[in-house]
Amino acid sequence: MCIPTREEMYAALAERHGEELQKKLSAASVAVCGLGGLGSNIAIALARAGVGSLHIIDFDKVDISNLNRQQYFPEQLGMYKTDALYDTLKRIAPYCDITRDCIKLNDENIPSLLTESIIAEAFDKADQKAMLVNCILEKMPGKYLVSGSGMAGIGSSNTIKTRRITERFYLCGDGVTDVADGLGLVSSRVLVCAAHEANAIIRIIAGETDAC
Amino acid sequence: MLTINGKEYEFNGRTVSEVIAELGYNEQQIAVELNESIVPKAQYKSTVLYEGDHLEVVRFVGGG
Repeated sequence: MCIPTREEMYAALAERHGEELQKKLSAASVAVCGLGGLGSNIAIALARAGVGSLHIIDFDKVDISNLNRQQYFPEQLGMYKTDALYDTLKRIAPYCDITRDCIKLNDENIPSLLTESIIAEAFDKADQKAMLVNCILEKMPGKYLVSGSGMAGIGSSNTIKTRRITERFYLCGDGVTDVADGLGLVSSRVLVCAAHEANAIIRIIAGETDAC
Repeated sequence: MLTINGKEYEFNGRTVSEVIAELGYNEQQIAVELNESIVPKAQYKSTVLYEGDHLEVVRFVGGG
């Protein structure tokens, strides 16, 4: 079957989201840093909403241990996550402009690589999360930054919240449940946190930045 | 008195570095805002806290 044209896809989105919001979503570009349980789900939510440009970044390959919560398929085991997710995103949103970087982000390469105005932090290790957040807040104060911290286990979904820490820095999660402490990561609760991050980003794009 | 994550403390005159150690945070897993501005990690040791300051320590935990 032929896929719809760019114009048909846009019209279907504009009909659901409204022309004004869809224009903003189509013009938006978002960087997703880390393509695990948070990042793969965030990127898919943004692609489905019709975000015009996505920059997906990860250095890792798809592993069997990822399949409990990350948006990859068994036949993609061993592929770089950037390539595997690129294929999936293109099936969902064929006209989304997707840039992929198979690289480990660090203090030195972040300022030159992350040119988008909105950045999703979606790493899994606490010190890497802190590195990215500190680097952006210190060196790139004009960016909007949405980060996730605390989504392990099967505690109540309602403890996962979005907080605006400063004007351009939003933090999603319960803030406390560490993957090292108990049950580990379960798809449903990681999805709740990923959805918080994706929704915070869509609200920023829409200009709804007072509270998330 | 100064406020850290919404609670009041008697930490006037102490540095950010001393205070976060006393409260048990790992410096590698946090971001610190002082009166709504980021405190660069390199300045934790030299940033002194004063009466009325608002400190926000954002702690990151593993998982994603």
